[in-house]
Amino acid sequence: MPAIEAIVIGCSTGGPGALALLLGALDQRLQTSVIVCSHTASNSHLLCDVLAQHSTLPVIEACEREPIRGGMIQVAPPDYHLLVERGRRFALSVDEPVGFSRPSIDVLFASAAEVYGNGLIAVILTGANADGAAGLACVRRAGGLAIVQQPDDAAAAAMPRAALELAGADHCVALDEMGPLINRLCMT
Amino acid sequence: MNPVALNLSGIDPELDDIELNLFVSAMRQRHGYDFAQYAPASLKRRVYQLVEQHHTGNISTLTARLLHDPTFLPQVLEGLSVPVSDMFRDPPVFRALREQVLPALAAHPRLTIWQAGCARGQEIYSLAILLEEAGLYDRCQIYATDFNDAALRQAREGIYPAREAQGWSRNYQAAGGTCSLADYYSARYDFIKLDHRLRRNVVFADHNLVTDAVFCEAQLVLCRNVLIYFSNALQNHVLAMFRDSLVPGGFLCLGLRESLALAPAARDFVAVDSALRLFRRAGPEPSPVDHAGH
Repeated sequence: MPAIEAIVIGCSTGGPGALALLLGALDQRLQTSVIVCSHTASNSHLLCDVLAQHSTLPVIEACEREPIRGGMIQVAPPDYHLLVERGRRFALSVDEPVGFSRPSIDVLFASAAEVYGNGLIAVILTGANADGAAGLACVRRAGGLAIVQQPDDAAAAAMPRAALELAGADHCVALDEMGPLINRLCMT
Repeated sequence: MNPVALNLSGIDPELDDIELNLFVSAMRQRHGYDFAQYAPASLKRRVYQLVEQHHTGNISTLTARLLHDPTFLPQVLEGLSVPVSDMFRDPPVFRALREQVLPALAAHPRLTIWQAGCARGQEIYSLAILLEEAGLYDRCQIYATDFNDAALRQAREGIYPAREAQGWSRNYQAAGGTCSLADYYSARYDFIKLDHRLRRNVVFADHNLVTDAVFCEAQLVLCRNVLIYFSNALQNHVLAMFRDSLVPGGFLCLGLRESLALAPAARDFVAVDSALRLFRRAGPEPSPVDHAGH
């Protein structure tokens, strides 16, 4: 199995609660880059602060042109699309919202899929729309691994359900199993 | 489902890269537009969107049409530029312009303001309103430039969907507006039209930051969310161009999430409010009286 270089996580309605649980369950020795796209962050500094209280790893806002760092949670700023450049750096865009969303999970996942290929894990959590489904399909086509929260387990089932229907998943698990699963996939 | 234009081959990004390079060469050699120094991820995404929109199936077929169909270029340019903004987008920035920048500029008897990348003009009308309310408009020459001619035409018209009015009014108030935004537009059917008097001192002009040079000496340059699409080298080149355009002490206003950390030309600017990405060109400020005399 290829080494996992990055994890991208997408969520919407109910996202901050789910993220707090998931990020709190990650192994603090994790060297992987973790990139989060949440529609709920009208103020990302606030979201970063909330997540930092729960996360085992440092949480920062993703900055344009900055290198993507391992062992760190990097959160998409509000009202910009977040993209991954070939040189493992972040880029931002104010292109039109995609499906009413900016940042768009699809945009992040698709650009990450191109750069990381099979060294990528993509995670879809709770949400009330279909963003992320097409992006997850890109990740899988490029050889990456898809993890989707069980719709019954999610605060809002629409997003994981849409992802399962369009892209399918390598693992469809409840939130409390997800942290240990990711730790296993990244650290063995 | 919304067309997301994610990637084309999905499994062969290297092939996409080759095709993208050929597309960029065609744009430059055939039409004189240079996108080689654009940040690749967003450029690629927009080219994919063009492929979907025009049903060409792949980038190579898009490139062939670009080379052989003389009517196609405007549509491609429209697709490659980002005419997305709002009036008073990021209200704290416009509040800072109102409360900090305009009072400092009021000492100048004549003012030149350049907005680079004005797109459909939302921000130029916002600025014009600030200048009117500060009593400075009549001594201003305002240049609003973009390389997208279709967007420039729309900017000149100042007509926008009525559904935007509510959010823009909120932005205007949050930016310290004391009147009502509705005082500056008339509503008809599903559209609002900005008062044409707001553009009496505005020149809308075609200007490409990649290939064109400085054309004015300005006291204020606005360029918001344009440099984010440029490579580090091009970002630095354009930043140096803004420096050369600005008088010492002149103001530069960038987008809220733009980073100058990798641009050597940033050394020629000092931050007025770094969180709002508001800067001044370093160097001794010429006295406004001397300046007017020459």
